[in-house]
Formats: sequence, C-alpha cells, structure tokens
Amino acid sequence: MTLTDQNRAPLYEALEELKSMHIVPFDVPGHKRGKGNKDLADFLGAKCLAVDINSMKYLDNICHPTGVIKEAEDLAAQAFGAKCAYFMVNGTTSAVQSMVLYVVKRGDKIILPRNVHRSVINAFVLCGAVPVYINPQINSDLGISLGMSYNDVVRAIEQNPDAKAVFVNNPTYYGICSNLKKITELAHKHNMLVLVDEAHGTHLYFGEDLPISAMAAGADMASVSMHKSGGSLTQSSLLLGGENINTDYLRQVINLTQTTSGSYLLMSSLDISRRRLYLHGKDIFGRVVKLAQYARDEINEIGDYYAYSRELVNGDTVFDFDVTKLSINTSGVGLAGIEVFDLLRDEYDIQIEFGDLENILAYISVGDSDKNIEQLIGSLSEIRRRYKKPRTSALKHEYINPVVEMSPQDAFYAKKVSMDIKKTAGEICGEFVMAYPPGIPILAPGERITEQIIEYIIYAKEKGSLITGPEDMHIQRLNILQGGR
Amino acid sequence: MEFWYSEKHTENVYLSIKVDKQLYSSNSSFQRIDVFESLEFGRFLALDGFMMLTEKDEFIYHEMITHVPMAVNPEIKTILVIGAGDGGVLRELIKYPSIERIDVSEIDEEVVNVCKQYLPKTACGFNDDRVNIYYQDGMRYIRRHTGVYDLIIVDSTDPFGPGEGLFTKEFYGNCYNALKEDGIMVNQHESPFYDEDAAAMKRAHKRIHDSFPISKLYQAFIPTYPSGHWLFGFASKKFHPVRDVNETKWESFNIKTRYYNSNLHKGAFYLPNYVEEMLKNVE
Repeated sequence: MTLTDQNRAPLYEALEELKSMHIVPFDVPGHKRGKGNKDLADFLGAKCLAVDINSMKYLDNICHPTGVIKEAEDLAAQAFGAKCAYFMVNGTTSAVQSMVLYVVKRGDKIILPRNVHRSVINAFVLCGAVPVYINPQINSDLGISLGMSYNDVVRAIEQNPDAKAVFVNNPTYYGICSNLKKITELAHKHNMLVLVDEAHGTHLYFGEDLPISAMAAGADMASVSMHKSGGSLTQSSLLLGGENINTDYLRQVINLTQTTSGSYLLMSSLDISRRRLYLHGKDIFGRVVKLAQYARDEINEIGDYYAYSRELVNGDTVFDFDVTKLSINTSGVGLAGIEVFDLLRDEYDIQIEFGDLENILAYISVGDSDKNIEQLIGSLSEIRRRYKKPRTSALKHEYINPVVEMSPQDAFYAKKVSMDIKKTAGEICGEFVMAYPPGIPILAPGERITEQIIEYIIYAKEKGSLITGPEDMHIQRLNILQGGR
Repeated sequence: MEFWYSEKHTENVYLSIKVDKQLYSSNSSFQRIDVFESLEFGRFLALDGFMMLTEKDEFIYHEMITHVPMAVNPEIKTILVIGAGDGGVLRELIKYPSIERIDVSEIDEEVVNVCKQYLPKTACGFNDDRVNIYYQDGMRYIRRHTGVYDLIIVDSTDPFGPGEGLFTKEFYGNCYNALKEDGIMVNQHESPFYDEDAAAMKRAHKRIHDSFPISKLYQAFIPTYPSGHWLFGFASKKFHPVRDVNETKWESFNIKTRYYNSNLHKGAFYLPNYVEEMLKNVE
C-alpha cells in the first residue's frame, strides 16, 4: 500500500461496481434496493437504497474482513498514522466500549477522569472493571471541567500500580486537551495502556496547528467519531490501534457487541470521508479554524459573552486548546447556557450543539457558510439586547469526588429499592444519573449519594438540563442498593 | 436565431424575455452576475439567474422603496441602505437636499462595478458626496451600530442565496437597535401570490411584527417580478405610514416621479383581502 492509494476508496468503488453488475437480489435487506418500499425510497432517495446491501462476496464482511473492507480499513489506518483501524457501525460508543473490553476484565482497575462519556461506565457494567477516578480540574469562572493534571495521573498510578490502563478524553467537548504525550509516556513506563476518547478529534489528524492526536502522541487506542468533524454519516466511527495492540484479538472484542449486519451506507461514508480528509483535510480545517476564530472575535466584541480559546492554556490541565471549537460562556449575559440554547432554537431558528449551565457550544464545520456564522453572531447580540439579566449567583461547580463503594457491575445487578431522591443521602446508588448535555455522570452505579449531589441534580433539573439515566423518568426517585447504608 | 432569458417563477411558471444580446457574465465570490440587453425591457440585471431589475420597470420599485418613508418623515437625515448594489435606491434618495448622509452596506463590490458600467441609468447615485459605501455583509455592518439611523432601507435579493440573512429575526432586531427612537425600516418584502413567495413573505412579516411596534405592508405593481404583485414592508418605532404622512412637505421637495404620488401613497397600504388575511394569521 502506497500513499497514492489514498486517492482510492475501495469500498465505495466496490459498491459502484456492484451497481453496474445488476445482480438479482434474493438476499436481505427485504426492500430489495428500495423497490419494495417506495415510501422509503422516495424519502431517502433511490441511490441511497440501491447501496443499502448486505455483506456478500464482492463487498467483504465487517466481522471478518479480508477484501474491500480490509483495504479500506488499512487505508484509514495509514491516513490516521495507526497500526490498525476498524470501521465501527454502532457509533463511537461501541468503539469506546471495545477499547475498555480489550484492556480490562472483571475486577481490573482502570484510571480515568470523571468527565468521561457514559459509554465508558456502561462498559464497566458489561465487564466488571473497577474505575479509579481522577478529578478533572474545573475552571470555576467558566464552569467547565478541564483535562487531567499530570501530577494527578502520577499519583493515581502510584496508588494503583495494578491498574491496566489510563483513559483520556482528548479533546473534551469544550476543546480542552490534556498533556497526552507525557501521560502516555508515564503510563507506558508503568506498563499501562493508554486509551483515548477522541470523539471530538478527527480533525486533529488532518488540520494544521491543532493539538496533537492520540496516535501521534503514542497512545494505544483511540475512538474517533468520524461523523462529527470528519463528515461521515451519524453512527459511523473509527477505532484506531497502535503498535502494542493485538489486532486480531481486538477484532474479536469488537465482534462481541457489534452488529453482524454492518451498514454499507455507514461504511462507505467512512471510506469516502477518509479519502476526502486525507486529500483536502488541510484546507477544510484551515477554513473551519478561520470561521471559528472570526466568530470568537465577533462574539467577544458584542460584550458579556466570552468565547474562549488558547488563552486558557496553562501547561497542565489545559495543555492545549482545540481552536475549531466555538465554546461560549454565557454567564455575563445572566443566562444559563441552556437558556441561550433554547432561545437560539425557539426565537432564531438556530440549533446549536449543546448548552450546559454556563456555556454553549456551536459546532463549526466545513458545511458552514459566512452567512450562517453571521446569523449566529447576530442572534447572540439580539439575545443579549432583549434578554440580558443581572448576573445570577450560579451554583459554583465543585468537583464532587465520587465515592466508589463497589464495581458498577456489582451495583447494577444488585437488589435495589426505589426511594424519594431527597432522602437518598448516604445510600449507594444503583443506577446512572447524567445531566445531558454534556452527558457526564453525576452518579454511577456503586457510588455513595451525598447531599451535595442531590442539590446539584435538583438545580440542574430546574435549569432545564435533561437528566437521564434513572428508571424514574421524572427523576423524583432513585434506585438505591438494599442495605447499602 | 432566438435567444430567450427564462426565469422560473414557480415549478410550473416561467417568465421569458427575448434577449438581443448578453452584455456581461461572471461569477463573483458571492453569486453569478449577468447583464442582458432586451428588446422589450431594455437592459436587465440577473443575480444567480433571478431578475433583479430591468430598465423599463425599475423606477416603480425604486420610487416605492424610497419616497414612501421620506414622505412619512421628511426630516430624515441619516440613512442606511443595505444591498442596493444597482444604485437605484441612491438615485432616488439623492434627490432630497435635506438628506445629510447615506451609508450603503453592499456585500458584493462586483455588482456595483458591473452596474456602474452597464446600467448607468440606475447606478448614477454612487458618486454623490453624501454616499459612503461599505463592502461588507449587511448583517455584520448592522451589529456595530446603535441608535444612529433615521431610516434603514433593506434592498435585498430573495431570501435564498446571499440575501437569506436579511430576512431573519436577528437581522430585524439588529436594525431596530441601529435606528433612532423615531426610526423607520423599509424592506423588499416579496410577493403574496405564489405559495413559496407567500410563505417567505409571511415569515418575514411575522419576524418584523415581533421586532417593531408598527409594521405595515404596502404594494406596487412590478411587471417583471413573480406575479407582478409586489410588497414592501414599513416598520417603525413611532410613525404610522398613513396617518403621519406629510404630503405638503413632500410635495414641496418638488421631486419628479413616474409612479409615486401622494394619493398612491395612501392607496398602496390598502391591501387585498387575501393578503390582509395572511398577515393577520401571523400577527
């Protein structure tokens, strides 16, 4: 395989060729290239359904790739500077879970920051591993969690020399990067693998002057959401592996949970997007950086909003900042991020990525025009003019140190009772509680509930954050472990 | 040989004009610009294939978008024109000696250059000393101004393509903010006739109605625009477009017009029932 092969997209080419072969389909899917479901074909387009095909001789098989999928994955590995790459069709969630299932088994420890995606802790429920949480430092002015401090990782490794791996979010939703290279070197010195949730980092592999990517930093595995900044279809993703990874075993682990009917729509979108990123990534992300920087400058000029960037860099918990992210603190306008998020949608027909208690994130991509950016900026200036309130004393974000009493798996499957949430202080929680967005756990199964946690849940709920996880959809009750007090 | 310009007014309706020759064609950074010479309508300008003006009927549009607000408040001194790359609005405004300053925010410099060269009859206003042109997006320009203009004229293209942002709620709010306490905003307001145009018209009216205490529509007959039945928006913080019109003062300016007059001013605000109904539904 040479670099010139990056001009190719083997899976896409195979699908194109197959179309011209006019094979009579007596296999699934039953819509038979769309002919059996006219409503669907009219809606999605006949071209789309014509390539919604099952795996077959010419198209390889995602569970055991030896043909065009393998070629496409190898090209992806080369493009991302990895030893191996896997096309994931169950979302980055399944990539993250595969990383975890690869390194830990029941009772094993893994070091990770608390602000991990729920998919990570879900993986612990599946495999029985025990989390060792690191406090991601918090910038209390902005109300955002940061990266892991290097010294905190040193301490966690010293206290848990038996841990199997260190897990890093890089970059975070807000664009914050940890010192990935140094953390990786440290972990490797202690025979621990480094897993990176790089859901928000596809562009790091192709743009210029951006934070270091997981593979470039020497990490062992990375989950990359191609469908975010990479432009592929929703739910398509990549799992990358480095030199220390046993590629065949990793394939087996992926196959534990991934579908056997991999969607060729998703897979071809990965193949085509990889080619596009390799060939044009520099220009694409150069433009994204420019758009984001323009928006930041203009938004900061409006006043009261704070669109932050590299000035946050402090050499440790903010080791680097991903300037493609447009994260904006709204507390100067006296509005919660989630309120601005709602106003943008309801009053100005603008859907942004998320709003939390004090921030919003507008996702900027190559699909944006100057005009869209002006609309966003103009709307923010109008929201300030029309809705500005005196700055309210926001509930200060304090890191709520989780007290892990038992493994998430043991707690998840333990005997539980339902209790009024206000009375649960001191009990052991039997389920997840997440404020969404941004999907970071407030409580995970097996953790001790405190007054502070209950207060935060009620506050976040009042502010309009969607609280998910518990069986009780109204979050008035929590399932707690019987006899856990 | 026959050479025809055709514009789709709907999926099922075309307007076709026989062209004598094409004078100019290029793609600027924002849009495709074409100028044609026709037998019936004289020269005409198309942006992204859509008819913007013809020499034969542009006077209707330009008189109606300027003299209506000027007659309501003849004291207007400071004006912002957004769009207006063809200069027709300026040609009408510079007829008022009382106007002190006209700022123009036009996104596409090339449109101005092309109009100066090929449509001198409309583009003659650019050289007046009171006119200051800023080549930038109107949305960006407007954000930086608070309480400075007596009148804002939004001479935009249709709400698809480069003009889209000039039909948004935030843009109208930004205009409100840029106007003085007795400021007026007048805008190109699409047509009530064909469904798609009517939908855009209603959307725009709802947004303007939400942003200004007074928001009325008035109409004119413009043969080369889809259906010929065209609307303008009159939004204001204080002045009512009919009750507050100052005919005597306006007539003292002694401006020669071919379409606009004081009677027509009032009549233009009396809309057909079906249009009134559409407006009521979104107010």
